[in-house]
Amino acid sequence: MDFGFSEEQNLLREQVLRFMTDACPLSVVRTQNGGLPRELWQQAADLGWLALIVPEAHGGVGLKWIDLAVVLEESGRGLSPLPIVSQALAATAIRRSASDDVKGEWLPRIAAGEAVFGIGLFDDPTWIDAEGIRLASGPKLTGAKPFVSDAAAATHLLLATRTGEDLHLAIVEASDAGLSAQPGIDRTKPFGTATLDGVAPQAAFPISTDDLAFLTDCGAVAVTLEAIGAAEAVLSLTTEYAKNRIQFDNPIGKYQGVKHRLADMFVDIESFKSLAYYAAWAIDDAPDELPRAASLAKAYASDAFAGIGVDGVGLHGAIGFTAEYDAQLYLKRSKWVRSAFGDADYHYQRAASLGGL
Amino acid sequence: MDFDFTPEEQAFRAEVRDFLAENLPPPAERGRGFMAEWLHKVRDKRWVGFSWPEEYGGGAGSLTEQAILKEEMALARAPALGTSFMGLAWVGPGIIQYGTGEQKQRFIPDILDSKVNWCTGYSEPNHGSDLAAIQTKAERVGDHYVVNGQKIWTTGAPWADWIILLTRTEFEVERKHDGITCLLVPMDSPGIEVRPIENMAGDRNFAEVFFTDVEVPVENRLGEEGKGWAVTISALANERSSIGEVTQMFAKLESLKNLVRSTARQGKPAADDPAVRRRLGEFEAKIAAMKYNGLRYLTKQLRGEPLSSETSVNKLHRASLEVEMDDFAVELTGLAGVQLPGSDEAVDGGRWARSSLGWPSVVIGGGTPNIQRNIIAERILGLPKD
Repeated sequence: MDFGFSEEQNLLREQVLRFMTDACPLSVVRTQNGGLPRELWQQAADLGWLALIVPEAHGGVGLKWIDLAVVLEESGRGLSPLPIVSQALAATAIRRSASDDVKGEWLPRIAAGEAVFGIGLFDDPTWIDAEGIRLASGPKLTGAKPFVSDAAAATHLLLATRTGEDLHLAIVEASDAGLSAQPGIDRTKPFGTATLDGVAPQAAFPISTDDLAFLTDCGAVAVTLEAIGAAEAVLSLTTEYAKNRIQFDNPIGKYQGVKHRLADMFVDIESFKSLAYYAAWAIDDAPDELPRAASLAKAYASDAFAGIGVDGVGLHGAIGFTAEYDAQLYLKRSKWVRSAFGDADYHYQRAASLGGL
Repeated sequence: MDFDFTPEEQAFRAEVRDFLAENLPPPAERGRGFMAEWLHKVRDKRWVGFSWPEEYGGGAGSLTEQAILKEEMALARAPALGTSFMGLAWVGPGIIQYGTGEQKQRFIPDILDSKVNWCTGYSEPNHGSDLAAIQTKAERVGDHYVVNGQKIWTTGAPWADWIILLTRTEFEVERKHDGITCLLVPMDSPGIEVRPIENMAGDRNFAEVFFTDVEVPVENRLGEEGKGWAVTISALANERSSIGEVTQMFAKLESLKNLVRSTARQGKPAADDPAVRRRLGEFEAKIAAMKYNGLRYLTKQLRGEPLSSETSVNKLHRASLEVEMDDFAVELTGLAGVQLPGSDEAVDGGRWARSSLGWPSVVIGGGTPNIQRNIIAERILGLPKD
């Protein structure tokens, strides 16, 4: 029984933390506009983060999602604009569902960071199962796919399509896809809409509804892992402010109206952290338990982080409302996280179903 | 990261399961002599005081074995392993840590054998959450102390044999945590008067306890004179994993689901109501969070890393679940939900209505939620004391 990270995982965590502090601080994050920051991406590739969950046979490191978890947690702490989650989901989908030929061709390119993936699964903003996929499968794709993640950074897109009841994932060259960037609340999580006009996929493979659910669960876990770091950053920023901001002759952190809210934030973060670590472990080591574990973690984190984002700004008073202050960047992330890969309501309902109701 | 147990730990779990299969009949089949026999058998297994050192009659179980034992006992809905909850939870550990050799011989075996019941004299009429401000006075006169004062909310006082009592031996102190002395006092001492207080559920479990010139021999002092606060702190910190509680909460969640399955609201199955389903999901997430928080903290302990005040996290979850789950059941079942045992209309025999009035013993006892929030804010986040 050991529910903690190994020495290697802790070293990896330190490496990511150093990278975020030295190479990708918030001052750099603020300058991003949705495109790929090539130098940073190359560094991430050189450090092996993009290859972590790619099997060794395909040029990867052959580790697990629980190893990737520390990368996501620490890059989330600094609101990393790198499309690591999209890249990891592409690797996961191909690793699990694609033919050996497709694996052999694409996994090494993903591991090296040479192919940069954006993901477009659902055509409906609130529907995250097979019913939410409408774009038609075929030798040539025609139609729109909205909500494609990291569209402006991507060299390739992984798009979900259907024929009748059969689902497919298609790999499309980004430059063929008629992409238009769409402005959103969180600039570190950019989206675009693909408008396809008879585009032949470079590869396509069928995906079962179970594998689609698995992929979506991995997405839910990934953004929850990022939310751990982000929420801890809010708590740390707000706690420091509460220690130093003097009002009515005392640091405001002395007043229970402030300190108790901060304590509750700690309780919530500790809790969705535990749920998310377990879910990340389950992806590779207990996939049967993943649906329930992912839903509990994502549901808890969605609501808790949304509240933390709002109160992180609110407890600062007017300064928190300014563009210059960093609290607002986290609030924007929290609103994005809440909707990504199913909100709290969706996942709590699903947990009830999985629990026999 | 792994969730497997060693072969030794698995063997221990099997031993506990076998024991329970053999020695724990279903509630309906437990006769008059069951409880005495049960206590005797678990004592023979050294599962009572399982975390205590062997030299004092404990089981010297490892942290993981303790967690396994608690989990299996809770899964089987087994009764307690001793009659004196407080004796086992903190009086015994306090005596083991601070007691003299003679005190250990005198008190520990009786706690393990369920021969005596202990209660805890901490809170006073004006000092509950602010425990260190206590005023009950103990004055040294020759070879004994003379105690005068009053305790309140003393759970178990109406039937306790002994009380672990916080007194003040010095009033002129710089820090209020100094000058406190811990005494072990027989409840039948002349000058002690117990007045039970009825709680909102109609039970009379707690009481006011009055002390008038009560003489306590000096040999009944636990720890040094004036250093009683350290004894108290170590006692309150003696709680370990919450894994047994988590198992009970999961069982309660299953009961709630059964209630939902058998309930209709406005002619429609409650199980189809999205609001109802969402609430059950929320409960499950909190209980699962308690489980995995507990396992993370247990891992820290196993690795020899110091635990700060993280256990307050699960105490806060427990407190809110304790209120909310019963309350949910009561609201779900409408006017039938507020019927007590004995009512023809009561739901599940009035169980939910009754337990919806019982939460304060868990939620307030041992530190209110706001005290837990202060602990987290000050000790973990480093915010200033208020």
